Amino acid sequence: MKSIALTSVALLCAVLIYSTMGFPAWGDSDSPASTHVSDYYIENAVNDTAVPNLVTAVLADYRGYDTLFETTVVLIAGLACFFLLRRFKPRQPQHRLYRHIDTGITLIIEQGGKEPTDSEEFVRIDSRWVPYDLVIQQASCLVIPFLQLFALYVIAHGHHSPGGGFQGGVIFGATIILMAIANDLRSAARRVSERLGALMASAGVLIYAGIGALCILLGGSFLDYSALSKLFAFTPVMARSHGILGVEIGVAVAVSAVMIWIYYNLASAGRHEEGL
Amino acid sequence: MIWQFDIIILTLVIICGIAAISVRDLLGASILFGAYSFMMCLLWAVMGAVDVAFTEASVGAGVSTVFFVAAVFRTSRSSKD
Repeated sequence: MKSIALTSVALLCAVLIYSTMGFPAWGDSDSPASTHVSDYYIENAVNDTAVPNLVTAVLADYRGYDTLFETTVVLIAGLACFFLLRRFKPRQPQHRLYRHIDTGITLIIEQGGKEPTDSEEFVRIDSRWVPYDLVIQQASCLVIPFLQLFALYVIAHGHHSPGGGFQGGVIFGATIILMAIANDLRSAARRVSERLGALMASAGVLIYAGIGALCILLGGSFLDYSALSKLFAFTPVMARSHGILGVEIGVAVAVSAVMIWIYYNLASAGRHEEGL
Repeated sequence: MIWQFDIIILTLVIICGIAAISVRDLLGASILFGAYSFMMCLLWAVMGAVDVAFTEASVGAGVSTVFFVAAVFRTSRSSKD
């Protein structure tokens, strides 16, 4: 049985490798992908949209529908993780661990017992608690603001350099995930709660689709940002540039929130109580 | 595109890919998958697709590795094979 599987995989590999000989050479200007619309984009993108980074211009303006539904797919991935994993019923024999900060004594409080929730001296810990490393906690506290600033830079500077909404949003979400790993899930969830994450994920897609719908209201077609020049005092070219920035912000909001949301559901097995 | 770099990176991509499916430790497999993504990111950068390389580095090597580790953390060892 194993030999049949190996032979078929080897045959498939041979066929695939043989078929790559039919591919156009790397960077071939006569290949089918670069003959139809690529010339138009390369020659006119800067004049049409005032965006020097062609990838951003194609992604958010010429192929705006594609990116809109990619963002929707990311939102659907977050929703799917939520519906598959989230469990609202707490685990049944439930007890919580509280650690006295000064002495290191841990209390096990059974269900129904009095919990020192607002106490300054006790802190709640996970059942798989390991002593937190002070170096990791403080180092992550130091780098998180700079990482978030870099994420905002990547989003805002996507017009001129590699980057944009997807990359910047993922980096921004990763900073909150870093906070959840270095401290614990509850301290990250106090900053970005599950409700806020779900709202931001939906709001990001709404921003993107809303900018497209605004273009229809102003007399253009869907996602034709040049129509925005009627509302603001831009030239149509600059309106396209600013429209691209608007949808990139929508993408970034949606992607960062979905990354945080998926992490919460995965790391805590859907209970949002104790995490990685 | 420098062909020496290309050969080295492609070899490492194949080694990481085969190692990721053949190690028995799930945590090791997820880290190897992150290394695979990072090699692919270098390959995109060498070919001049910097935007794709950036996405691969942040999504493939960064966040998806964290997701795999989080999923492995919640996986029990009860399976027989």
